Amino acid sequence: MAKIELNGIRKTFDQTAILKGIDLAIEDGEFIALIGPSGCGKSTLLRIIAGLEPQSSGEVRIDGVQVDGIRPSARNLAMVFQSYALYPHLTVFDNIAVPLRMRRHSALARMPLVGRLLPGRARTEHGIREDVERVAAQLELSALLKRKPGQLSGGQRQRVAVGRAIVRQPVGFLFDEPLSNLDAKLRVHMRAELAQLHRQLKATFVYVTHDQAEAMTMSSRIAVMIEGNIVQIGTPAEVYENPRDIRVAEFVGSPKINAMPGVIREDRGLEVLGRQLRLNTTAAAGRCTVCVRPERMELGHGPGAIAGIVTHLEHLGAEAFIHVKVDRIDLPLLARVSPDQQLPEIGSAIHLGFSANAVRIFDAAGKRIDVTAPARSERVREKALG
Amino acid sequence: MVAPAFTLMCLLLLGPLLGVIALSFTDYQLGSPQFSWIGLANYQDMFGDRVFWLSLRNTLTYVAIVVPAAVALGLAVALLIESGGSFRAWYRTIYFLPVMATLIAMSIVWEFMLHPQFGLINGLLHGIGFEGFSWLQDRRTALYALCVIGVWQALGFNMVLFLAGLVSIPRQLYDAAEIDGAHGAWARFRLVTWPMLGPTTVFVVVITGIRSFQVFDTVHVLTKGGPSKSSEVLIHTMYVEGFEFFRSGYGAALTVVFLVFVLLLTLVKSALANRGVHYV
Amino acid sequence: MTPRPRAIVWSVARHSLLLAGAAFILLPFVWMISTASKPQTEIFTKSIHFIPHSFALWDNFATAFGKANLWRFLLNGVVVTVSIFVLQVLIALPAAYALAKLRFAGREVLFALVLFCILIPPQATAIPVFLLFHQFGILDSYAALIVPFTISAFGIFLMRQFFKTVPDDLIEAARMDGISEFGIVWRVMLPTAIPALTAFGIFSVVAHWNDYFWPLIVLNSEHLRTPPLGVASFRNEEAGTNYGPLMAAAIVIIAPLVVAFLLAQRRFIEGITLTGIK
Repeated sequence: MAKIELNGIRKTFDQTAILKGIDLAIEDGEFIALIGPSGCGKSTLLRIIAGLEPQSSGEVRIDGVQVDGIRPSARNLAMVFQSYALYPHLTVFDNIAVPLRMRRHSALARMPLVGRLLPGRARTEHGIREDVERVAAQLELSALLKRKPGQLSGGQRQRVAVGRAIVRQPVGFLFDEPLSNLDAKLRVHMRAELAQLHRQLKATFVYVTHDQAEAMTMSSRIAVMIEGNIVQIGTPAEVYENPRDIRVAEFVGSPKINAMPGVIREDRGLEVLGRQLRLNTTAAAGRCTVCVRPERMELGHGPGAIAGIVTHLEHLGAEAFIHVKVDRIDLPLLARVSPDQQLPEIGSAIHLGFSANAVRIFDAAGKRIDVTAPARSERVREKALG
Repeated sequence: MVAPAFTLMCLLLLGPLLGVIALSFTDYQLGSPQFSWIGLANYQDMFGDRVFWLSLRNTLTYVAIVVPAAVALGLAVALLIESGGSFRAWYRTIYFLPVMATLIAMSIVWEFMLHPQFGLINGLLHGIGFEGFSWLQDRRTALYALCVIGVWQALGFNMVLFLAGLVSIPRQLYDAAEIDGAHGAWARFRLVTWPMLGPTTVFVVVITGIRSFQVFDTVHVLTKGGPSKSSEVLIHTMYVEGFEFFRSGYGAALTVVFLVFVLLLTLVKSALANRGVHYV
Repeated sequence: MTPRPRAIVWSVARHSLLLAGAAFILLPFVWMISTASKPQTEIFTKSIHFIPHSFALWDNFATAFGKANLWRFLLNGVVVTVSIFVLQVLIALPAAYALAKLRFAGREVLFALVLFCILIPPQATAIPVFLLFHQFGILDSYAALIVPFTISAFGIFLMRQFFKTVPDDLIEAARMDGISEFGIVWRVMLPTAIPALTAFGIFSVVAHWNDYFWPLIVLNSEHLRTPPLGVASFRNEEAGTNYGPLMAAAIVIIAPLVVAFLLAQRRFIEGITLTGIK
C-alpha cells in the first residue's frame, strides 16, 4: 500500500501556470478527494501523479521513492477515467485482462498467432482468467464478461473500468471524475459502492471531482484546490465547518454560504451591514466579509436583526429555502428552515439573525479571522445578532 | 420539389443503368438502323476473347497492387505525421497535392519522367549503375509503371481519411493503455489505434478498390492498353469497344462485368461495417 | 517521460521517412517545373539537372499558348464546372429539403433510390447516355458535357443529411411569416447550408475539372475541349516530343486548382474527403 507525497509541484502550459506549487502528503489507505471549480488544476495534478504528464518542477514520491521519469504503469497506480476509456472492440473479460496480459506476457507472447505457440503462455493465460473472474465476481460482472462495452449501461461500464483498475492490485487508485457521466440516481448508488470498495481494499484512493457531495460523502479528507493551489486540506466536516479561506467557504456547501459585507473596527468590534455583532477579533481594522451558512440563519425579531423582504420560496419537501432581499447586498440571503414551520409569504417583511458560533469572518484578502465572544457572554449559543 | 431531381435521376442514372444491362443482350451498333436480341451471345464472345481475360487479369493485378500499397502507405504517412508535432500541415499539404493536380496533366509529366532515353527515372538509375527500362513501352513493366502512378495519386487521399480517423480516437484510450502497461508504439498501435481505425480502414480499402477498378485516364494517355495488351484494363476495353468501334452491345456487356465487381466491393463494405459495435 | 535522446532519434526518423515520401510525391511536380524552364537542348540530354542553365520558362509558356488555345481550354473548364455546380445545386437543394423536412408518399422509396444512385459509377451509364445524346443530336456541345452531371445523388444525400440537422422551428417560423416552400429552400435553408455547400462545391468542381473520360467520349470539336482533354490533345497533335512547352501547358492546366488548394487547404481537404461520408 502506498503513501503518496507531492512536493512543490508546479505545471506551466504555454506561460500559463496551472499548478503553483502543490504540497500534499496522502497517507497510506486514505481516501482523499481533490475538489475545486473547473480549471483549478485538479485533473492535471492527478495526471501528474499518474505519470501521464510531466510536472514542470517538484517531485512525486510513492512510498518514499521518487517516481519522476518512471512510466505510469511502473508506478503501480491504477486510474479510472471520466469516460471510462474502455476498449470498445474488446469484451468485458478482455478489457479487464489487458493490464494483466501487458504485465505477465512477454511482448512476443502478445503477438498475434506467433504468441500462441509460446510455451508457458497457456499457464499464464489460465492465471489471468482466474484473476479476471475473481474480480468480475466481486463487482457482479460475471454474467457480462462476454459483452462489449457498447452493450453495457453506464453503471456497468463504470464497474468494468473499476474492475480493470483493481485486477492488478495496484498500491493506489486515481479517479478522474468517474461518476460525472452517470445520472443523478446512479451517482448516489455508485458513491456507496466506491466507498464500500475503499473499505474492502484498504488502498489509497485519490479522487478528483467538482461535485462536493461526492467528496463529502466518500472521502476521509478533502483537498480544496483553487486556481492552482491547495487552499485547505481537512476532513469533510472541518472543511465545511471551518473554512480557512472565503473561496473554500463559498465553494463547499450547497446552497452557497451567505456572505455579507462587514467592518472590523479599531476597537476590535465587528459590524455587519451597519449593525454591531456581539463578537470581538484581534485582527487589524478594515473591511471584512461575514459568512453564515443558510441552515444557521434564524428567523426572528430581535432588536439588532437584519430586516429584509422575502423574494422567493423554495419548498423541497424535507427542507425549505427562504430568499430574503436585504439592502446593500445584491444577492438575496438564504435561510434554510424546516418546512413544518409557518413559511412567510413572498413579499412580506422578515428579520434574520444568527448565533455567535455560526459566524465565519474573512478579512479583505479572503483569509479567515478568528473571533471571540465578549467575556461577559458565557453561552456559546447566544445570538451574535438578532 | 423532388420532380426535377427524380426525373433526371431516372433519365440519367437509373434508366441508363437498366439500359446498359438491356443493351448487353443486344447486338446494337451505333448508327445501324436495327438491332436484335441475341441473348447471352455478347457474354459468350467476351468469355471466349483473350483480350477480355487479359484485361480482367490486368485490372485485378492493378487493384491487387494499388489497394494494399496505397492503403498501407496512406496509413503509414498518417501515423508518422500524427506521431510528432512539427510540420504537420506542411506534410499534409505535400502528400495531398497529387489528389488535386489534374491526373491527365500529371500523367504526361510521368510519361516524360519514364522516357527511356531522357527520362529522370532512367537517368537516376544510370547514375547508380543500373540499366533502365522502356517503362511504358515494355510489356514487362508497363502495368507496374501505371500502378506506381496510381499509388502516387491515391496515397494522399487515403492519408487524409486516416488522419481524420486518428483524430477521432479518444485521447483517454491512450492514457488508459499507458496505465495498463502498453509501452511502445507497437503495443499502443495494436491495443488502441488499429482496432479504433477499423471502420476507417474498411472504408479506405473499399473506396481505393472502386477507384482502382475505374482506372482509365493514365492507361488511355500513356499506353492505350499496350504494348500488346499488357496494360489493357476493363474500362479501357469498354471504351475501345463502345466508343471507338461503336459496338455498344459488347461494350455494355463489359460494363456489366465492371459493375459486378464494384457491387461486390460495396457489399463487402456494408458487411464489414455492420460488424464491430463501437460506442462513443 | 521518454529519455530525451530517444525522442530525438525518433524525431529524426520521422522526418527522414516523411521527407523521403515527400520527395517521391513532389518529384513529378519539381520535374515538371524544371523541364518547363529548360530550352529544348537541355531537355534532351542524359545528364540530370534540376536547375536549368538557361532559363526558358517564358519561352515555353509562349510556345504553349501559341500552339494550343490554352485560354480557351481554361475558359471551357470554368464554364463547364460552374454550370454543373449551379445546376446541381438548383436541382439537389429542393429535393434534399423535401427528403429531409417534408412528408409525402414515397419519400422513403425515393431516398432509397438516391442512396442506390450514389453507388452507380459514372462509367456504367456512359454508353446509354451517349446513345441518348446521339439520338437528340446534342453530342459535341457544352450541353453534352454538362447535362449528365446535373443530377448529383451524392449532393442530394449530403444536403439532406445537413438539412436534417436544421431545427424544424426555423422552418415553421418561416411558414408563419408566410414564406412559400420554395422560398424556404432558397431564403432559409440555403443560407444555413453554406458550409456544407462550399464543401460540396469544391468536391464537384475538382471532380469535373479533372474529368477526362466523359469529355473524351462526347467531344470532337477543338473549341469545346476541357483542360484535361486540351492538354492531352496538345501532346498528341502538337508537341509529341516538344517537352518544354508541353510541361508548361501541364502547369497551366493544374495551376488553377493547385493554387486554390494552397490558398484554402483546410476547406479543400474537407471538401474532397466528403466522399468519406458515402
